[in-house]
Amino acid sequence: MITISLNNHPKTLSPNTSLSEALAEWEFSDGKIAVAINQEFVPRSTYRERILMNGDQIDIVKPVGGG
Amino acid sequence: MENDFLLYGEHFSSRFLLGTALYASPQLMRDAITQSRCEIVTLGLRRQNPTEKSGDAFWQLIQESGCRLLPNTAGCKSVKEAVTLAEMSREIFNTDWIKLEVVGDDYNLQPDPFGLLEASEILIKKGFKVLPYCTDDLILCKRLLDVGCEVLMPWGAPIGTGQGLLNRYSLKTLRERIKDVPMIIDAGLGAPSQATEAMEMGFDGILLNTAVAKAHNPPLMAEAFADAIDAGRKAFKAGLIQKRQTASPSTPTIGQPFWHQ
Repeated sequence: MITISLNNHPKTLSPNTSLSEALAEWEFSDGKIAVAINQEFVPRSTYRERILMNGDQIDIVKPVGGG
Repeated sequence: MENDFLLYGEHFSSRFLLGTALYASPQLMRDAITQSRCEIVTLGLRRQNPTEKSGDAFWQLIQESGCRLLPNTAGCKSVKEAVTLAEMSREIFNTDWIKLEVVGDDYNLQPDPFGLLEASEILIKKGFKVLPYCTDDLILCKRLLDVGCEVLMPWGAPIGTGQGLLNRYSLKTLRERIKDVPMIIDAGLGAPSQATEAMEMGFDGILLNTAVAKAHNPPLMAEAFADAIDAGRKAFKAGLIQKRQTASPSTPTIGQPFWHQ
């Protein structure tokens, strides 16, 4: 298993899990979200090919009110 | 209503940009947007638990408003954070407009001019249309124009303070020295009269959030600001008189009764 950080909370995953598989596991799949890994933006078109690595810091954001 | 408010090639009839945070309910936000007559709303991105569905209602109401979206990079303290959040915003909101914020100090949330300039240059090269939340520093504003910003958004006062136009000299100088670029007073206003004053000074628009969202009656306050902004714009276009020290009678003095030499 690998350990990653999801929105600053530790999570474990099987090795060689893709970002799209992880999003499905975390029930993010159908949401209006955007993703960054290790502070780098990850385009939606690359979710399937992006394999998560041990120690990755993943940020998933959704729209909120803002000024 | 006039339609000469031009931002990055798009015409708007409303000069009021409204924030979507801090309302007691999504319905109050919706009603405030309606009463404000605004055509542009700001919004943000934050981490959220996937099982937390409350954000869905917010997003639904924002879409129904039909307003143009202006996502922000609020809270970002580095160039890297701001650039990454802007890229996430572009994908999620399908717009290359970004209200760029790079915070330089936690106490007054003052924009970091150096980070703001660097992030603006990076994002413009990536195809973004940057609307920078900046201080009223003339040289910073000129540098932001140099790197390709076509709109400037100087603060009136620190975010959420409601203090109005704290530095009239700097703001008047900005307007005097930068005549042909749209400038929107962003943040710090608390009363419609302050918005009127900014518009009378020749600023092109007003962006605010807290003064409406935290009012006892946000929709009514939104309408009050909309009217105030319209009034200030009309006054600017009409041309204010010069202030003078001595009184000058408005009623004719010729023919004054009861006067005998």
